[in-house]
Amino acid sequence: MDLLETLKQQIRDNPVIIYMKGTPELPMCGFSQRAAQAMMDTGVEFAYVNVLQNPRIMEELPKVADWPTFPQIYIDGELVGGCDIVLELHAQGELKPMMEQAVAKAKEAKEKEQAGDDASSS
Amino acid sequence: MSAERVERIREYLEAALAPQQLEVIDESHLHAGHASAGGKGHFRVRVVSGRFSGLGLLQRHRLVYDALSELMEQDIHALAIEARTPEESNRSKESSS
Repeated sequence: MDLLETLKQQIRDNPVIIYMKGTPELPMCGFSQRAAQAMMDTGVEFAYVNVLQNPRIMEELPKVADWPTFPQIYIDGELVGGCDIVLELHAQGELKPMMEQAVAKAKEAKEKEQAGDDASSS
Repeated sequence: MSAERVERIREYLEAALAPQQLEVIDESHLHAGHASAGGKGHFRVRVVSGRFSGLGLLQRHRLVYDALSELMEQDIHALAIEARTPEESNRSKESSS
């Protein structure tokens, strides 16, 4: 699978994921720092990828959703935006419910899948 | 060089979005010593345009990025975007007064 497909898969597999410069604990860019902080403020779990550690991701990811800059935040498989948009959603109180819904939806899908497996194995 | 960049950003945004209000702020000095910027600048744009009506934040930001795509390579390292419709802009003025 090429990198572009791998990234799309990763975005599908993680209900909430941020591609950022640095890590939430040690951000290397003010925009990434503010976006990750807003996401941590919600208390909802999320995945992150440090694009500085993988220059090829930094090169390829902008093609996934045709978005030129970092950070990029994907919720429920869709690009939500960069730093400004996430901060605005957080200020409006919309970020947390969006993240919660995506996490709940992914959990439900996983449980359904497992239930299906159990049924077929019994 | 920096003033020229601000002017160029302004021109591209005016051409693409016909804004009612437009502010382009060079924030590069806030990021002095930011090695990965590679000599490109940090900018903040405040755009009020009727073109944003009926669009979500993502689509609005896309319009701004699209307008500036030629400059993203050479001039712009980072871009903070505030994109409002004229109605939203008036509303926030009223509520803050």
